[in-house]
Amino acid sequence: MSTETLRRPTAGTSARRDRRRSGSSTLGTVSRWVFVGVGLVFALVPFIWMLSASFRTERDLFGNPASLFPTEWTLHGYQGVWEQLPFLLLVFNTIVFAGVTTLLTLLFDSMCAYALARIDFRGRTIAFWLVLVTLMVPFQVTLIPVFVELFHLDWLNTYQGLIIPRATSAFGIFLFRQFFVSIPRELDEAARIDGAGHFRIYWQIILPLAKPAIATVAVLNFTALWNDLLWPLVVTSTPEMRTLPAGLALFGGQHVTDHAVLMAGAVISLLPIAIAFFLAQRYFVAGVATTGLK
Amino acid sequence: MTVLTKVREPQDGSRTGIRGERRRRRRFRLSPALLFLAPSFLILGVFVLWPILVSFWYSLHEWTIGADDQPWVGLGNYIALTQDPKFWGALLHTVEITVISVAGIVVLGLALALALARDNLGSRIIRSAFFFPTVVSLTSIGLVWRFLLDPDLGLVGAITSALGLGNVGFLQSPQLALPTIIFVNIWKNAGFVMIILIAGLKGVPAERYEAARLDGAGSWALLRYITLPALRPTMLFGTLIMTIQSFQLFDLVYVMTGGGPLFSTDTLVTMLFREGFVNFQTGYAAAISWALFLVIVIISALQLRIFRYNDVD
Repeated sequence: MSTETLRRPTAGTSARRDRRRSGSSTLGTVSRWVFVGVGLVFALVPFIWMLSASFRTERDLFGNPASLFPTEWTLHGYQGVWEQLPFLLLVFNTIVFAGVTTLLTLLFDSMCAYALARIDFRGRTIAFWLVLVTLMVPFQVTLIPVFVELFHLDWLNTYQGLIIPRATSAFGIFLFRQFFVSIPRELDEAARIDGAGHFRIYWQIILPLAKPAIATVAVLNFTALWNDLLWPLVVTSTPEMRTLPAGLALFGGQHVTDHAVLMAGAVISLLPIAIAFFLAQRYFVAGVATTGLK
Repeated sequence: MTVLTKVREPQDGSRTGIRGERRRRRRFRLSPALLFLAPSFLILGVFVLWPILVSFWYSLHEWTIGADDQPWVGLGNYIALTQDPKFWGALLHTVEITVISVAGIVVLGLALALALARDNLGSRIIRSAFFFPTVVSLTSIGLVWRFLLDPDLGLVGAITSALGLGNVGFLQSPQLALPTIIFVNIWKNAGFVMIILIAGLKGVPAERYEAARLDGAGSWALLRYITLPALRPTMLFGTLIMTIQSFQLFDLVYVMTGGGPLFSTDTLVTMLFREGFVNFQTGYAAAISWALFLVIVIISALQLRIFRYNDVD
């Protein structure tokens, strides 16, 4: 939502102007807002309910399931999270897994993309094709052999096992490459005349210009890793190594579950993403929009 | 000898000089490229490309992790797969989830995009509300919905009993569990398609609307003849992304039903997880992953065709 998009006339505005002129607008407008309103209730109520349930007592939950708000507020759910789960460890593991993996991905993907976009070498087309192949093969196909590899490396249930196999993403390489290709070549040539090598060009010229691409890849990767369930579930085996989604999913799968505790855990696990979303929404939108516009 | 070599040296030297220069230039070009590529390609090679081959190799064996003897069964796993009613069930559920979800997501996403295309503060805030579920983990969403739909203490149960429908156990019924998961999948992803379609709408030149309006087109005609054709590439892309994502659905099912009741919500990936990491039927699970791959290859081929179709620029 940059100022530029604000100024540009959009399809919506012109279509609306038309409808206003034609005079048959009231019914259209009313039905549109009814649709949006109903949609909003559906979109928001689950989150409001989740937040409210995390502050309710089990008795309150069973007694008034229809109420959207707690009759008596309690922090019991949040206390339970600390007592019934190794919660600090879950948070720590998730931060390490999502954070370190994202940093490595940004570095490796941008380096790889630099070579693919900026260095003429034999086999560049093949290299780019290999990246596209890995982009198309579903992650589940490699899951079992990678599990076996980690087993033989003795990396199961370790941080390196969680992080290293995910430390590069074909999608990130692709996105960085597309961005680097659009940066004028004259910049590199000028720098080369001044005696800069590839590493200086990459680090001091290309990367500073690629901040929007970096932000987009960072946001997309971090969110995907923070939210990932299947991978941590497969790689980790002890409660101390789990990430938040894996820990919560397994906790929720137990037969006797304290619902307020479960909701409190879910609230805490989505909090960082929610904060990032409200602070940097345009990068989330840019990420999605770039996936949509190739 | 010494004379001969001395005589030869300048000739050889000059020749290797040129070759050396050429080689040096090539080496100069090759080595930084290799260094730049090395980390990503090492990881992609060890943890993606090689495992693709290995996965196929496993699928031809009755493979068990760590065992000394991995008996070769040829296509045995694939034959067993075609005779496994659970596999056909999982494939059917996956297809049902994908077809219905994608249709729902695209229709709803389009309706939201058209309703919220204007760039004012109000619609931007409302857009964020619809976009928000797409960034939240499927685990949290699955847990919340499982809880909302709980017949004893969920909001939905309270509403249905207030309406006189009784406490419906949506996730406990083999008939209702799959539609419920599809509903939640649509609920989560409609905002994603909405966002890419709004981005697509911005690409439609305003002059086209002006021109059509001068020709006397009403708002329905504008939608039918200008907006929808202009959005077609974006809609196709959204459809493909959602299709691939729905085919790989795991988290939601794992958290909400675990594939039950009575395997009524089992998908290809939950089945793969169960066979590979619960029953440790590694070879069999690899065969399932190749079945999944086959389906995705068909979709990717479609995707490539559409890509080429749109790659005019």
